[in-house]
Amino acid sequence: MDFSFATQQIIYGLTLGCLYGLLAIGYTMVYGVLRLINFAHGDLLMVSAYVAFFGIIIFSLPWPLAFVGAAVLTAMIGILIDRGAYKPIRKSPRISALITAIGVSFFLENLALVLIGGRPKSFPTPMMFNGSLTLGQLKIPVLSLWVLAVTLVLLIVVVTIIHRTRVGMAMRALSRDIETVSLMGIDENRVISFTFALGSVLAAFGGVMWCMKYPAVEPFMGVIPGLKAFVAAVLGGIGNVTGAAIGGLILGLAEVLIVAIEPDWSGYRDAIAFCIMIVILLTRPTGIMGENLPD
Amino acid sequence: MNENLLQIQGLVVQFGGICAVNHLNLSINRSEIIGLIGPNGAGKTTAFNVITGIVKPASGNLFFLEQEITGKPTPVIARKGIARTFQNIRLYDDLTVIENVMVAAHCAISYSFPEAIIGFGRFGKDERRIKSRARDLLELMGLAHLGGEKANSLPYGSQRKLEIARALALEPKLLLLDEPVAGMNPTETSEFGEFVLKLRKDMSLGIGLIEHDMSFVMHVCDRIKVIDHGVEIAWGVPHEIRNNEKVIKAYLGEG
Amino acid sequence: MPEENPIRDRLLTGLALVFLVAFLWYADNYFGAYTQRILNNIAIFIILAVSYNLINGITGQFSLEPNAFLAVGAYTSAIFTLSPEEKIRSFIIEPMIWPLSDMSLSFPASLLLAGLVTALMALLMAIPVFRVRGDYLAIVTLGFGEVIQVVANNIIPVTNGPLGIKGLTPHTNIWWSWGICIFTVFCVVRLVNSSYGRAMKAVREDETAAQAMGINAFRIKTLAFTFSAFFEGVAGGLLAHLITTISPSLFTFMLTFNLLIIIVVGGLGSTTGAIISAILITWGGEALRIVEEPASIFGFQYEGVPGMRMVLFSVILIFVMLFARQGLMGRNEFRWLKLIAWFERLTKTGAKAK
Repeated sequence: MDFSFATQQIIYGLTLGCLYGLLAIGYTMVYGVLRLINFAHGDLLMVSAYVAFFGIIIFSLPWPLAFVGAAVLTAMIGILIDRGAYKPIRKSPRISALITAIGVSFFLENLALVLIGGRPKSFPTPMMFNGSLTLGQLKIPVLSLWVLAVTLVLLIVVVTIIHRTRVGMAMRALSRDIETVSLMGIDENRVISFTFALGSVLAAFGGVMWCMKYPAVEPFMGVIPGLKAFVAAVLGGIGNVTGAAIGGLILGLAEVLIVAIEPDWSGYRDAIAFCIMIVILLTRPTGIMGENLPD
Repeated sequence: MNENLLQIQGLVVQFGGICAVNHLNLSINRSEIIGLIGPNGAGKTTAFNVITGIVKPASGNLFFLEQEITGKPTPVIARKGIARTFQNIRLYDDLTVIENVMVAAHCAISYSFPEAIIGFGRFGKDERRIKSRARDLLELMGLAHLGGEKANSLPYGSQRKLEIARALALEPKLLLLDEPVAGMNPTETSEFGEFVLKLRKDMSLGIGLIEHDMSFVMHVCDRIKVIDHGVEIAWGVPHEIRNNEKVIKAYLGEG
Repeated sequence: MPEENPIRDRLLTGLALVFLVAFLWYADNYFGAYTQRILNNIAIFIILAVSYNLINGITGQFSLEPNAFLAVGAYTSAIFTLSPEEKIRSFIIEPMIWPLSDMSLSFPASLLLAGLVTALMALLMAIPVFRVRGDYLAIVTLGFGEVIQVVANNIIPVTNGPLGIKGLTPHTNIWWSWGICIFTVFCVVRLVNSSYGRAMKAVREDETAAQAMGINAFRIKTLAFTFSAFFEGVAGGLLAHLITTISPSLFTFMLTFNLLIIIVVGGLGSTTGAIISAILITWGGEALRIVEEPASIFGFQYEGVPGMRMVLFSVILIFVMLFARQGLMGRNEFRWLKLIAWFERLTKTGAKAK
C-alpha cells in the first residue's frame, strides 16, 4: 500500500467518521441528561434527508434554504419527540422510556415508508459539493473538505455552548443529578428540550451530508448509522461530547481502513462496530474520554 | 461475647475532589449498638455505603470477622453477614410483603437451578422453610397480617419495619440501620427502641445505627461516634457525647 | 370467597391440559393447512414471548435479541437436519465445509443443539454487558441482530449465503410446536415461582437493594438471559422446520418488534399476559395483512399500503407505554382462585337478579 493510497483512505475514513461523530454527539448528550438511549435519534438523519430532498425537488428551494429548513424542522421534530413521547414517562422505570423510544423509531421509519414509499430516491447534490481537488496523485473530494469543516465548526459551537453558557451549565448539572437541578430552580424541561434540539440540528447536518455522500434517501437509512453512532458515543465515553466526535472518527477510520487493507472482509464491514462495542465493554467500559457516571 | 465484628481503619472516601469521609475509624463488636451521628451531609450514609460495598473507598481498610472486605462486591459482603436498611427506604415495590422478605433468603437456598425448574428434590422443603421463616420475621415486626399486600401499598412506618424484616432474613451478624425511626411518632420511637434492644439480646447482633433523633440514640446506643464533614469529632458513651462542646457546636453551627 | 387449594388447582390445570390436547388432536385431524399453520405460529410466538418476557419483564433488562437468537437457532437446527446428500444439492455456490457437511442429526436432537448453541451465544454476550452497564444490552443485542444477518450472508460454506437453506423437511407439526410450547411455559412458570424468580424480580425493582440482600445481580441477569436464549433458539429450530426455507433476510428486526408489542400489550412481567397477547397479536397480525394488500372494498379499489401494519403497531406500542402501561394483565398472573371467585360473583349477581 503506497502513501497516496493510504492518505486517500484516511480522508475517506475521516469523512465517514465525522458523519458518525455528528450523530454520536446527539446520542451522548441525551444519554448524559436523561440516561436514555434515544433509538429515534438515527431516524432524524432520515427525516432531515427527506426534508432537504423535498425542499429542493418539490418546492424548488435554493439548496442553502432547503438545508436550513431541514435543520429547523428536524430540531422541531426532535423536541416534539421528547415532549410527546418521553416527557410523560420521565418518572417511570427506565425500561418504559426505552420501549417508547423503540416505538418512536419504528413509527418514524414506517410512517415514511407509508407516506413516501420504500424506493430509494437519489439526492440532488448541489454543484458546489461535487468534484474533487487533485493534489499530485491524491484526489480529495470537495465534499470531504466540507464535511470536515462543518463538523469542526459544529463541534466548537457545541462545546462552547456546553461550557460557556447558562443552558450548557444546566445541561452539565442535569447529567450529574436531575433532582438537585430542579431544586436549584432550573426548568429542567426547557434544558432537556434544548438538548434534543441541539442534538437534532447536528443529526440534520449529518443527514444532509450523508445523502450527498451516499445519495440514496430511503425510510430505513438512519438505522445502521444510528446504531454505529451509538457505539461511537460509548467508545468516546458516554456523556462526553468531544469523546463522541473522537469515537466517531475512530469508528469511521476503522471501517474504511480495515476494508482497504483486507478487501475480502468488505462483507463484514457492518460487524466492525459491534466488535468494537464488545471490546470496549470488556476493557474500558467508561470509554476513551469517559468518567464514571453516577448510577 | 465481645467478639469483634467490624473494624474500619483510616477510611477515606472522595467524590469528585470532595472528601466525603476523612480518616474514619470505627469498630463494632457482637452485641454492641454503635450510633453514628452528625449533621446532614456529614458522611454517615456514605460510611454505610462503603461498608456494604456500594461505594468504593479511596483508601483505608475494612475488616469483618477479621477478614478484609475492602472493595469487595456488595453481594459478597451481604453474604458474609452484613445486612442493612436504607435511609430512603428501598423495598421491592411491586413484590408482595412476604416475597420481599423471602428474597433475602436467596443466598441460603439449598436447591439447585434444575431442581427449581423440575420442582423435585429439595425444592418443596426448602421453599416451605423459607416461607415459614419469612412469616416468623413478619410476625416479629408485627406485619404478619399484611403478607399478601404489595410492598408499596404499606404505610411509611410499616415499610420501615418491612425493611428490617428483610434485613433480618439474611441472618446477619451485623445490622446497619440508616435512620430507622425517621417519620415515627414518639410512642412508636420508644417502642422501636425497646425492639432494638431486644433484638440485640435475642440474636446477639452487632448493630450500627444512623439517627437524628437524639433521645433515641442516647437511649439505645452503647457508644456513639459523631462526625462532621467526614471527620470524627467525638467518640464515647452517650452521656459523654451529650456534654461534648464540639458536638454541641457542630449541631448548633449547622443551625 | 374461595380458599387457596393447591390440589384443586393442580387438578384443574390437568383438566385444562386434557382439553387443550383434545383440541389440538381435533385441530391436527380436521383443520385445514392454513389454520394449522396459524396454530403452529401461535405456539412458536408463545414460546418466544414467554422467554422474551423473562428477560425484559421479569428481570427488567431491556433487550432486543429475539430476531438474532431465532436466526442462530433456525440455522443451527437446519444445518443439522439436512442429510449429507441434501447438503451437496443445496450448497451450489460453495460446498459446505467438511465436518458440517457429513453431520446429520434427528429433529429433536437438532432442536436441543439449537437451544444450546443460542444459550452459549447469549452467555458470551451477557458477560461483557452485565458486568459493566446493563443498559447497553439493548444496543449490543440490536447490533448482534445486524451482525448475524451479515455473517449469515457471508459465511457461504456454512449458511449458503443469501440463497439461504431450502427444502427442509417440515418436521414441525401441531404436536412438536405445542408440546415444546407447554414445556417452555412450564419451565418459565416454575422458574419465576422459585427463589431464582424472586431474585430476578428483586433485581428489576431495585438492583442495589437486591445486591445488599446478597443477590449477585450479574449472575441472576446472565441466568435469565441465557435461559430465555435457550428457548428462543429452540423456537428458531421449530420455525425453520415449519416454513422449510430460511434465509438471512427472514430474521430482521421486525420480528423483535412484534415480540416487543406482544409482551408490552400483555403486560410487562406477566407470563399469562405474554401468552394471551401472543395469541391475540399473532392472530390479529394475520387478519391485518389485508391492509397491506390490494383489495376492493364496496367497489372502491384499495391499493394496499406496505408498512401500514407496522405504523399501526408502533402507535399501539407508544400508546400502551404512555397511557396503559399495565397492558392486559399488568404484572398479575392467571390463578384458578381468581377465576373461581369471579365465577362465584357472576352467579351471585345472577341469583340476585332473579
